[in-house]
Amino acid sequence: MPQLNMVQAINLALREEMTRDDRVVVLGEDVGRDGGVFRITEGLFEEFGAARVIDTPLSESAIVGAAVGMAAYGLRPVAEIQFMGFIYAAMDQLFAHAARIRTRSRGRFTAPLVVRTPYGAGIKAPELHEESTEAFFCHMPGIKVVVPSGPYSAKGLLLAAIRDPDPVLFLEPTRLYRMVKEEVPEGEYTLPLGKARIARPGGAVTVVAWGSMLQRTLKAVEGYDAEVIDPMTLSPFDWETLLASVEKTGRLVVVHEAPLTCGLGAEIAATVAEEAILHLRGPVIRVAGPDVPVPLAKLVDHYLPSPERIRGALDEVLRY
Amino acid sequence: MPESTLATFSVRRLEIIDPEGNADEALLPDLSGDELRRLYYLLLLTRTFDGRALALQREGRIGTYPSVLGQEAAQVGSAVALAGGEWIFPSFREMGVFFTLGYPIHQLFQYWGGDERGLRTPDGLNVFPVCVSVGTHLPHAAGAALGARTRGDRMAVVAYFGDGATSKGDFHEAFNLAGVFRLPVVFICQNNQWAISVPLSAQTATRTLAQKALAYGFDGIQVDGNDVLAVHRATREALEKARSGGGPTFIECLTYRMADHTTADDASRYRPAEEVAAWRERDPLLRFERFLAKRGLWNEDYAAEMKGKAQGEIDEAVRRFEAVPPPAPGEMFDFVSGELSPRQKKQKEQAS
Ligand SMILES: Cc1ncc(C[n+]2csc(CCOP(=O)(O)OP(=O)(O)O)c2C)c(N)n1
Ligand SMILES: [Mg+2]
Repeated sequence: MPQLNMVQAINLALREEMTRDDRVVVLGEDVGRDGGVFRITEGLFEEFGAARVIDTPLSESAIVGAAVGMAAYGLRPVAEIQFMGFIYAAMDQLFAHAARIRTRSRGRFTAPLVVRTPYGAGIKAPELHEESTEAFFCHMPGIKVVVPSGPYSAKGLLLAAIRDPDPVLFLEPTRLYRMVKEEVPEGEYTLPLGKARIARPGGAVTVVAWGSMLQRTLKAVEGYDAEVIDPMTLSPFDWETLLASVEKTGRLVVVHEAPLTCGLGAEIAATVAEEAILHLRGPVIRVAGPDVPVPLAKLVDHYLPSPERIRGALDEVLRY
Repeated sequence: MPESTLATFSVRRLEIIDPEGNADEALLPDLSGDELRRLYYLLLLTRTFDGRALALQREGRIGTYPSVLGQEAAQVGSAVALAGGEWIFPSFREMGVFFTLGYPIHQLFQYWGGDERGLRTPDGLNVFPVCVSVGTHLPHAAGAALGARTRGDRMAVVAYFGDGATSKGDFHEAFNLAGVFRLPVVFICQNNQWAISVPLSAQTATRTLAQKALAYGFDGIQVDGNDVLAVHRATREALEKARSGGGPTFIECLTYRMADHTTADDASRYRPAEEVAAWRERDPLLRFERFLAKRGLWNEDYAAEMKGKAQGEIDEAVRRFEAVPPPAPGEMFDFVSGELSPRQKKQKEQAS
């Protein structure tokens, strides 16, 4: 089995799915001849041609809006937004249209599309290249939000996302693109959307983390009896897996790099409070980015939750 | 009834100096020898900064950087036409505009070095911060112009952007607003013919970008963007028109991005070396040197002296940039709001 990094795994998933299903098309800025600014779509233009690998003009709203139209027409568009910070111009298309065309047309039209975008901080890139605003999208019914945590899950989740009958936002943690290699099987396999994974079993405390924070959390919890959950799909969230773990451990720490206030950690804490509070031995602790716009390179390391802060939260909750 | 024609259009193109340095005397802006030499120095300064920024990036002393090589004339020529006091809305590839306006050079190194303190525009200069999200600043320019109109100020507003930005909805929305309200705004596009790997021909189906203004009810003109005097003349005229109530103007400066999109890009993947080589012949600095030489304002010794001066100025800026102590962690909270929330205050304490 080949050892691939996440860039190669996503590329492989796209290539295989485009070969298997001629409805699948890729569109976005620089995805064609250039192969994408992170080389995710490298070689696809040469293999599938300009009709299926579409270099668009510079317009995020047109990219996502066109994907809605193509999807309704019967294609399976995979749109790329070059960085998550540039998706905001397409929010109208995502929220007012992609998310609700099924509802509004009473099921007559649907939008089976994927929007892929690099996300997250820690690559020392310019402004708006390090956003992690996943919670905005989780708040919108009708859109699924997926975050792979490594090459293996990236391929399996992307295939599932492309085949999903509804719009999926596929957030690729930029910091992980080339950080780890894993065995990634060639050919068909999908990981079901909406299903979490126990990344590390444990008994004393449950820790939830996704994106590049998952890697950091797994290192930080070494030496602790911690169960680490990798949700993989943020919306719809796999409450069953999370609640089962919390009922076992009685403690919960949530780690995300997005700002604390109204981040997804709030939804997780609230759900646990509603459904498992009697199992909790202590408060739920969120380790999150502070409530500031992501700073540039000189300060970003102070923005991201550090391993020390993660361990501090574990120590705190384990006192109960 | 027979079919009739309701509108036809034409697009003006302005060029004053040809690549050999010969000028159309009738079109020359009335600039003194000293003013022409100032233009030359600003072009040199911009190019010198650019070379140094690329070197610093390779050494890891600054982050990703977008080179302005080849676009110096479009930037300096337009900015030099400003009277002072105008509100300027730049994109991210306008170092020459910043220098011409007197923005501190070390702050640009600072910004591209990953320190947002470099974005603090000195008091008295109305330059908005670099806009990374392509084209999204154009409605701000229209808005500032609307503000000036509302107040009755004789103010002109200038926005800079690239050819790629003309595909964004914000471009069209800003243009429409400016046209409908006849706003005192000058839109300056540096059409360097590439938006990362996307060539102009894949960005638009129109022959020129300038003609897009016509659909919004105002003038568009294409100028030779590598001709500093043509850019200067077109900008000055547009500013005068704006100030005197004549409404907006769109100036398309046709130029060429000589370097990779940024230091994170490799343009050899998508564009032929011959195309780049052909544009080297039309280098804006070389052309202006030839023009100045013909008027007895330039020779090798003068060039060497000015290059030395520009190097010195950039050296000093690098020294200042690197002498600034790194920001303290708590500084990421500075300026998030006029007043921090109690929660932010607590987070700031924890971060410090
Ligand atoms: C809204 C938005 N989408 C995508 C990007 C990524 N990006 C940065 S520059 C660029 C191309 C811009 O082309 P152009 O407007 O011609 O300006 P140039 O880079 O040539 O100066 C792209 C796609 C961005 N910064 N903002
Ligand atoms: Mg361009």
